[in-house]
Amino acid sequence: MRIRTVDVAKEFGRTGALRGVSLTIESGELIALLGPSGSGKTTLLRVIAGLEAPTAGRVFFGDEDATSVPVQQRRIGFVFQNYALFKTMSVADNVAYGLRVLPRADRPPGAEIAKRVRHLLDFVQLSGLERRFPRQLSGGQQQRVALARALAVDPRVLLLDEPFGALDAKVRKDLRRWLRELHEQTGHTTVFVTHDQEEALELADRVAILNAGKLEQVGTPDEVYDRPASAFVMSFVGDTSSIPVEVVDGRLLYAGQPFRADVTGTCGGGGRLYVRPKDVVIGAPETGLLLGTVVNAHRTATGRRAQISLVGGTAPIIEAEVGLSQKLLPGERVGLRFIRSRAFPADAGS
Amino acid sequence: MSEAPMRPRNTSAATTERPAVRALLIALALAFLALFLILPVVVVFAEALRKGVGAYLATFHDPDALAAIRLTLTVVVIAVPLNMLFGIAAAWAIAKFEFRGKSLLITLIDLPFSISPVVSGLIYVLLFGAQGYFGPWLKAHGIEIIFALPGIVLATMFVTFPFVARELIPLMEEQGNADEEAALTLGASGLRAFLTVTLPNIRWGLLYGVLLCNARAMGEFGAVAVVSGHVRGFTNTMPLHVEILYNEYNFAAAFAMASLLTLLALVTLVAKTLLEMHYGEALARTPRV
Repeated sequence: MRIRTVDVAKEFGRTGALRGVSLTIESGELIALLGPSGSGKTTLLRVIAGLEAPTAGRVFFGDEDATSVPVQQRRIGFVFQNYALFKTMSVADNVAYGLRVLPRADRPPGAEIAKRVRHLLDFVQLSGLERRFPRQLSGGQQQRVALARALAVDPRVLLLDEPFGALDAKVRKDLRRWLRELHEQTGHTTVFVTHDQEEALELADRVAILNAGKLEQVGTPDEVYDRPASAFVMSFVGDTSSIPVEVVDGRLLYAGQPFRADVTGTCGGGGRLYVRPKDVVIGAPETGLLLGTVVNAHRTATGRRAQISLVGGTAPIIEAEVGLSQKLLPGERVGLRFIRSRAFPADAGS
Repeated sequence: MSEAPMRPRNTSAATTERPAVRALLIALALAFLALFLILPVVVVFAEALRKGVGAYLATFHDPDALAAIRLTLTVVVIAVPLNMLFGIAAAWAIAKFEFRGKSLLITLIDLPFSISPVVSGLIYVLLFGAQGYFGPWLKAHGIEIIFALPGIVLATMFVTFPFVARELIPLMEEQGNADEEAALTLGASGLRAFLTVTLPNIRWGLLYGVLLCNARAMGEFGAVAVVSGHVRGFTNTMPLHVEILYNEYNFAAAFAMASLLTLLALVTLVAKTLLEMHYGEALARTPRV
């Protein structure tokens, strides 16, 4: 089911408001709503679900204007952040709930419901736990019950709010892979909310990045990572360092000194230059390079991450990834070259 | 330099006292309990049965005594279910919605706890009594509230209002809206969600609140005394009847009636204990205020 929000706005007075969000979610797509807390990503998900009514704008399910369709009739599957399993019901009763509340005419007979529940629990690999109660399950198992319950009503779209937020790192990774497989098997249009950029990049076909209630960029993981549309996207997706720069006569200046760097994007007369750690090369302190002092260099899984304090200005810290063979001592003078960096106008920063 | 070897003086946990201290503390607690809680209960039954079981039972053949029992039960049957409904409604409103004056409402719910029951009785007399604001109008329309069943029910409801709401507010606040929202996304109507999700989630807290409400409704004296008018056989509840009998030096009958009230209290207590034993885990999750 293709889903569109058109100029959706939601005013709260609190955080999490939305300001004119237009997003098209293609049928069968797995899309992530990514943003910091208070960016409005959960609000957008709840507006699509019908749990919140937008103050302006429209929501379309296919060609149908669903803006004023109540949540019960939208036929959506929603997985809540803390799963919201019904504590007083067994796993099987939880999964069967959506089928049992159907109007009599549409409700399958009891035996059919039981069969569907068995099939779903089998599908989420929880066979044999039908009679358990939610509190007797681990976090990962609860998550899968919540998913089975949402899938039971054969939803037109599957909406997940921070689906891995409450799980520990190992379970998180496994479930992530499993959810991807599940999506490929069922082909449900799926929208999930996350604040974890790694999760969004790894799992989603496309990522929609929200900031302060506005959509900053929508694109494939490659697009948002390699061609960020704004300074916010650049700094939110992946690690970045930034420095204030000026452009005078086509030359790039930092703290009044010209330096060489490979830059895309324009920032008029001045702005900020953003660079990822892997795009910083450290060498001898030659003229024409940015000069800095090594603060420290600590070990990462694949190499070393160095922190360099630039000479001049407010002495901002630049992070750089260096190979294991390159020895850096604290206090050492070095020259920095940005092999890839992006410039954005100052006022659009963060 | 040699260090003195550290000899373990006490092998038990740091929070455990020495046996003598422990025995003393326990004895003190037990003595206090016996004097102030167990003794009165025993005395009530001893006094009631002083003249034998026959005389004890005979006091309940008195039509006035029977009328008092009937009236108390009638009041409870009306007041407790209504307070259960109002309690759920108030707790629902406070726990699940944000609105202006919410903290004022919470304070108001506690008002019956902080105000003297006599005062709450007087308020109703002031409103509905013959000289009260609505008195003449009520009289003209032939409606009796003060010195009649409606007044007693109103006073009882006022005094026992906080029990259910107080029990449910923290429980419902802790549970939040997510379960109900989940039910709605699965296609359930609001009523269906309430019956199948909300109500089961709060059932033990609700039962607990209703039990306490019931116990208080049966035993309420002050507020009821003001609005009842003490008409024997008509507007005397059990606690009021006890007082009348006592004032008439009819101690055996007074204690017999008192023993019945005590018995009701004991039943409530046992029911509450059973509830805690069986559903202790569920109830323990309810933060008490």
